[in-house]
Amino acid sequence: MNDTLMADNIVEQAAAWRAAGRRVALATVVATWGSSPRPVGSQMAVDDRGSMAGSVSGGCIESAVAHEAAKSMEDGEPRLLSFGITNEMAWEVGLACGGQVQVYVEAVE
Amino acid sequence: MKRDILDRLLAAKAAAIPAALVTDLNTGLQTLVYEDTVHGGFGLEPDLLDEVRRRIRQDRSGLLVDPQDEDGFRLFVHVHNPAMRLLIVGAVHIAQALAPVAALTGYDVTVIDPRGAFATEARFPGVKLNHLWPDEALAELKPDARTAVVTLTHDPKLDDPALVVALRSPAFYVGALGSKRTHALRLDRLRDEGLSEAEVKCIRGPVGLSIGAVTPAEIAVSIMGQITCVRRGENHPC
Repeated sequence: MNDTLMADNIVEQAAAWRAAGRRVALATVVATWGSSPRPVGSQMAVDDRGSMAGSVSGGCIESAVAHEAAKSMEDGEPRLLSFGITNEMAWEVGLACGGQVQVYVEAVE
Repeated sequence: MKRDILDRLLAAKAAAIPAALVTDLNTGLQTLVYEDTVHGGFGLEPDLLDEVRRRIRQDRSGLLVDPQDEDGFRLFVHVHNPAMRLLIVGAVHIAQALAPVAALTGYDVTVIDPRGAFATEARFPGVKLNHLWPDEALAELKPDARTAVVTLTHDPKLDDPALVVALRSPAFYVGALGSKRTHALRLDRLRDEGLSEAEVKCIRGPVGLSIGAVTPAEIAVSIMGQITCVRRGENHPC
């Protein structure tokens, strides 16, 4: 069974990648408005090879979040990202369902 | 996330200790809040700490208003509670399907059956098995408000004592396999055991959503669908 399908074990996945010597960042949904696909607390782990585990939306913004996660791995600075119809990136990576979501991205030390 | 915070969070999760990771979204500093202690990068005012612990009890992650801060939302509270539990009474064929479906849904599953031939590692690879008599097993496992209990044996000797304990526990879901006729007879026996009408009405029986399920796997899906509906489906009939 694929462990990353189970609820709430993305932190463990991030730690496992970190222990394997990879650089890792964690993305967490901290706020949602409207019909966002994943609830607050949903997480995605990203490593420096581009591997992803978990999700922060239905697949619409994961690539963009992974891109920002790579920057956090580089400079160690956390980022607070907003996606949705009011965001200037909306045409690029807006949520297809019309909801809005805020995602916090942090590197794992 | 600092290594120390990550290690402590993983330890809490591994030990099934409720905890909340509180992140200051401006500075990135993080503090872990447990039910009885706090550890981390910044302190929390007593009223904020109370609110974080309330969120843990409510299992509700989200932003937190800091009344000291005019900018509004700055703290994110991420609640990490132990997994929901599913206690299955009866290591029967349907249990072999229900256990993995429940695990995939995120539940910590225990299969209870005193009959050694049924509750075997070969039939339930990787699943927690309990060989006590069901009422004793439930008394030991103490169903709480994050626990669902399902009886699957069809045998009153095994199912009934489990139901008596489950119905008098805070379990959020109690279901019993059996046809309408079997279930009506079961309710009569439980009334004779001294359970109130309100208590016996809490049993979901015949168990599962009515989706025409036939095979063990389909019945497992209907049961897991009903448990999910009771947990999440506000105002849904389930």
